[in-house]
Amino acid sequence: MTTTQNPPAAVAGEAHTTTKPTAPEKSRVRSDRAEAWRRRAPLMPALIFLIIVTQVPFLLTIWYSLRSRNLLRPEGEQFVGLSNYGDIFLDSTFRQAALNSVLITFGCVIVAMLLGLGLALLLDRKFFGRGIVRTLLITPFLIMPVAGALLWSISMFNPTYGLVNWLIGLVGISPVDWTSEYPMFSVIVALVWQWTPFMMLLLLAGLQSQARDALEAASVDGASAWQTFRYITLPHLRFYLELSVLLGAIYVVNTFDHIYLMTAGGPGTASANLPFYIYQRAFLGFDIGQSAAMGVVTVIATIALALLALRLIFKSINAKEQS
Amino acid sequence: MKNPVWGRLLSVATWIVALIFFAPVAWMVLTSFKQETDAASSPPSFFFEPTLDQYRVIFASDAGPYFMNSVIATASSTVLVLILAIPAAYALSIRPVKRTQDALFFFISTKMLPVVAVIMPIYVIAGQIRMLDNIATLIILYTAMNLPIAVWMMRSFFLEVPGEVLEAASLDGASLLGTMRRVLIPMVAPGIAATSLICVIFAWNEFFFALNLTAANAATAPIFLMSTMTSEGLYLAQLSAASVLASLPVVLAGWFAQKQLVRGLSMGAVK
Repeated sequence: MTTTQNPPAAVAGEAHTTTKPTAPEKSRVRSDRAEAWRRRAPLMPALIFLIIVTQVPFLLTIWYSLRSRNLLRPEGEQFVGLSNYGDIFLDSTFRQAALNSVLITFGCVIVAMLLGLGLALLLDRKFFGRGIVRTLLITPFLIMPVAGALLWSISMFNPTYGLVNWLIGLVGISPVDWTSEYPMFSVIVALVWQWTPFMMLLLLAGLQSQARDALEAASVDGASAWQTFRYITLPHLRFYLELSVLLGAIYVVNTFDHIYLMTAGGPGTASANLPFYIYQRAFLGFDIGQSAAMGVVTVIATIALALLALRLIFKSINAKEQS
Repeated sequence: MKNPVWGRLLSVATWIVALIFFAPVAWMVLTSFKQETDAASSPPSFFFEPTLDQYRVIFASDAGPYFMNSVIATASSTVLVLILAIPAAYALSIRPVKRTQDALFFFISTKMLPVVAVIMPIYVIAGQIRMLDNIATLIILYTAMNLPIAVWMMRSFFLEVPGEVLEAASLDGASLLGTMRRVLIPMVAPGIAATSLICVIFAWNEFFFALNLTAANAATAPIFLMSTMTSEGLYLAQLSAASVLASLPVVLAGWFAQKQLVRGLSMGAVK
């Protein structure tokens, strides 16, 4: 609603300044200010909305993390300083969840990136049915993640009627209870399946933005396919590789659906990652202070990753604006 | 590369890999047309008498309200995102504010904040103002979730509008809103469509907020999927049919807008 109100207000401000021609200095300053506000006005609703919905809760999380508060123990909450932070670092489950987060994120992103690169290279040629192949390949990314997680944990990995055990049975391997015996592996497989198309799409866009004449010149000069790839394609792709890895990591580090539905963090806490463990402590353990502290630690750990990704995106935006 | 046999082999290999990747989806669709006994058979049954029974069960079940909630949350949040993002993107591109880079940085940095770090206060606040299990809560959160992407995407489309067009409009004395409505919006209409698509995908598929903040009234389609699995034991064929129905809108949208998908997922950095 505020969007429709702001511009007229800004226009009125301008009219106000122009009615005072007697003090030109003042008027110029004011009209500068009015101009600045007129430019700012369309931005404000979005900015204010986002600050309220994201920053206020995060500040509250920091506040919670400094207090002891457990909904199961109503004897009251009090300021406890950094003791929640001390506690979570002594919590071996938290450390394991952090490690699992790292394993899942890097395992998924690296494998998906390599597969995505291979698929992008295969698709960057003209062949029969290329559009259909591309459409088939992006589908795993479009399936609702909840449906994808259930599909893998039940139809694919079920020990008795799952497709995977049937396939390995064909070559004589005895059935495996995938999600209990290899929970991390199962989760990573399902995530790789979902995220490979994402990597492929970004890398394919990168391949197709290559200057064709450079590739032709290379082949005229007698460069082998490998040399062309190594010395022309790969340097060009570097930006796209970095971008896809970092964006992929930012999305995958927040994985919750797959853990919740495929393994429930189990067996025990063997496959809990940070989002799942924090959820567990908050909504099943009602330990608000500690789960808030873990949330803050997760944010700090993600910032390094996020800053790298941001720097890269800004680089590309600036390069484009200057060109 | 020049060798035609080698090229043909490569094409065949590409097809095989694509089919392997697609196989789980195909299997899900296949299972949705089975009777439960065929669905959970060992070894898996590839030949069976197809039936629409599972889809009939879903349509006769209480799935309606869940899907309706998903439609309301997705559509409302997408409209809200556009209302907020288009003016903001304008203020960050065509007549840029000072410190545009800072504002852009702020928008995208909120996208990188792990959701799990803010769920607890959101839950507590929503409880205090009696907004738990309320679809409006999801609409607000989905708007905040998609707003940064939409601002970045719309900005990248605005930057492609030629400057002469805008100068001509401002010489005509058109006001800000007039310029936007008559000149800018029609020119970036494809961009608005692409941005909406991305917002729809993320809102439709969202699970974490829906799981924690809704119960009987405001639960969405992903919650329905989960409940088919847990409430009545395992009915695999039925679950597959529900999965197909729940995934279909986004799959179709994504198929038809593959290019926009890349742009949205990279927040406008890759075109």
